[in-house]
Amino acid sequence: MLQAVPISWFLTLSAVLFSLGVAGFLFRRNIITVFMSIELMLNAVNLSFVTFSYHHKEVAGHLFTFFVMVVAAAEAAVGLAIILTVFKNRATLNIDDVSSMKN
Amino acid sequence: MQLWLIPLLPLLGFLINGIFGRRFSKGLINTVAIGSVVFSFAWVLKTIAGMGDLNSSVTEHYFTWIQSGALNIGCDFFVDRLTIVMLLVVTGVGSLIHIYAIGYMAHEGGYYRFFAYLNLFMFFMLMLVLGANYLLLFVGWEGVGLCSYLLIGFYFDKQFATNAGNKAFIVNRIGDFGFALAMFLIFRNFQSLDFATVFHQAPGATEQTLTLIGLLLMVGACGKSAQIPLYVWLPDAMAGPTPVSALIHAATMVTAGVYMTARSWVIYTHAPGAMDVIAIIGVATAFFAATIGLAQNDIKKVFAYSTVSQLGYMFIGVGSGAFGAAIWHLVTHAFFKALLFLGAGSVIHALSGEQDLRNMGGLRTKIKFTCFSMIFAWWAISGIPPAAGFYSKDAILAAAYAHSPAIYWIGVFTAGLTAFYVSRAMFLTFFGEYRGHEHPHESPPVMWVPLVILGVLSLVGGAVFNVPEFLKYVFPAVVEPENHALVMISIAAGAIGILLAAWMYVWQPGMADKLAAAFSAPYKLIYSKYFVDEVYDATVVKPVVGGSRLLLWKGIDAGLIDGIVNGVGGRARDIGSAFRLLQSGNIRSYAAWVLFGGVAVIVVMGIAGGLR
Repeated sequence: MLQAVPISWFLTLSAVLFSLGVAGFLFRRNIITVFMSIELMLNAVNLSFVTFSYHHKEVAGHLFTFFVMVVAAAEAAVGLAIILTVFKNRATLNIDDVSSMKN
Repeated sequence: MQLWLIPLLPLLGFLINGIFGRRFSKGLINTVAIGSVVFSFAWVLKTIAGMGDLNSSVTEHYFTWIQSGALNIGCDFFVDRLTIVMLLVVTGVGSLIHIYAIGYMAHEGGYYRFFAYLNLFMFFMLMLVLGANYLLLFVGWEGVGLCSYLLIGFYFDKQFATNAGNKAFIVNRIGDFGFALAMFLIFRNFQSLDFATVFHQAPGATEQTLTLIGLLLMVGACGKSAQIPLYVWLPDAMAGPTPVSALIHAATMVTAGVYMTARSWVIYTHAPGAMDVIAIIGVATAFFAATIGLAQNDIKKVFAYSTVSQLGYMFIGVGSGAFGAAIWHLVTHAFFKALLFLGAGSVIHALSGEQDLRNMGGLRTKIKFTCFSMIFAWWAISGIPPAAGFYSKDAILAAAYAHSPAIYWIGVFTAGLTAFYVSRAMFLTFFGEYRGHEHPHESPPVMWVPLVILGVLSLVGGAVFNVPEFLKYVFPAVVEPENHALVMISIAAGAIGILLAAWMYVWQPGMADKLAAAFSAPYKLIYSKYFVDEVYDATVVKPVVGGSRLLLWKGIDAGLIDGIVNGVGGRARDIGSAFRLLQSGNIRSYAAWVLFGGVAVIVVMGIAGGLR
């Protein structure tokens, strides 16, 4: 079944998803959107891992994917908690307004 | 034979006094300093007693110092008759001067420092004399130079003293440069620096090579023994305490050049050209220094120029092939010049620091022992028999006559000048009316007893110690035709000098000033020491200092080296301030840079053809 779909399609999809994540990370102002863009990038990479793993008949790619998913899950928990706290303190979700690294 | 004990004792004295002397009482410092030198003298005597007829030399090997390829330098000591003469002079006269210094330095600060340096000097001087190769001699040679520097600048809170120390040290470097080159040449030609090997092979070398070696060694000797053109440091060296002037700058260290050239006689006898140069330099130095001595008013300066002049005589001896006579004069000079300096020190001590002859006079009744003993030195240096100086100077002049009558005649004329300026100093110091304001007092016995011993040696030292006879088998034989006319002429020259001085300074006081006024131009010339210091200052010192300041300091150091160092720092700062702009603090701009970097890596890899 998979033979019917060439490997380049999966990789192209992965690249498109990753680019969308990068674009969202760079250009969107809303923290939650940015956060979701990061998750999108992670999952784009996961797709690549799985694709290559299948292609090379190699299990290491799957293992990496599980690690990434665990990290992403942990990050989602911590990240959402941070976002909640930021919103409580600053009453804004605009990423430019919460920057305190300048000056 | 335990030769190592001879230099080791003064070294121990130096270490003990140098490290602990600050807490010692004067008595303890004296015991250590004088004890070590006197024991060293005693050990020299014991060594001589153990050597039997003295006709065979003794070499002791202690350890290999340098072993590198063909170069094999041992720490070897070597004693033959020439070494014995030098050892006796250095430790004997050295002991007397150490004892004298107890009295002279009694009221000075830095007492332990003085004796520590003096002991260190003795150590290096004995190394110089005992060393069995040129390098060990050079160690002593440099060491005595160092001690000379330290002791000239002993009164380090006085600018002129530290300047004089620097001058002595720097001028000696020029000579040492020649000496070092000579050693390189010797090693290149003979593959050894041992005296025995070198002198064994020297007759086989070409005359050209030996002349070059001889001339370079002579440059070294000119520096250490204060010959033209490097004599200028010695008169300034009188800034040191007087016992130092007597020990280092009259009796021992300055004669090291004569010792070294005499030790290298094998090289010189095969290089007649080099010997002629030595003789000419010697006679020129003897004459010019004597003329400068005529007009000096500082008692120590008179004797300093006299030392330069007498060292010139020794060089005439070496240059004429009369090595034995040169060493003889070295010995008698050590007696009478040490005595003149110590006597001058006693006079200065008696007058509480006055050194100007114009403020002395009539001291013969006030400081009898000093005057009495100095008269013997006067007698000796004037070359009037039977005092010591007569024999040695006459032997040198006789050899010079056989070599070249012109050198003889200048030498005789210089002998007259010598008698004149020493008589002048003596008359101005001890005769006539007292012209000063201090109240003269005789020095303590610890000072005048060494004076009397040296006085006796100055009187009989020439007749008793017939050095050329003693060294007959060390040096090549000199054919000296008995020539009574020559002896009479040189005695007459001395006598005329003394009488002329007596006439000008005793019988007709005021005559000297009239003559000085009548011949004001030549008087001013010699009074100003032929302006040699000024000429050196203008031609050498100023350009070197100016060049160093302008080119080396401002140009190379401040411009180039600091420029490189500061430039590296400055460019790093510039680059940093450019990259600093990247650190905007905006997260999304960082992310953009990461993206940019990632894309760049992929593009580069794509161009390069992928990872492989």
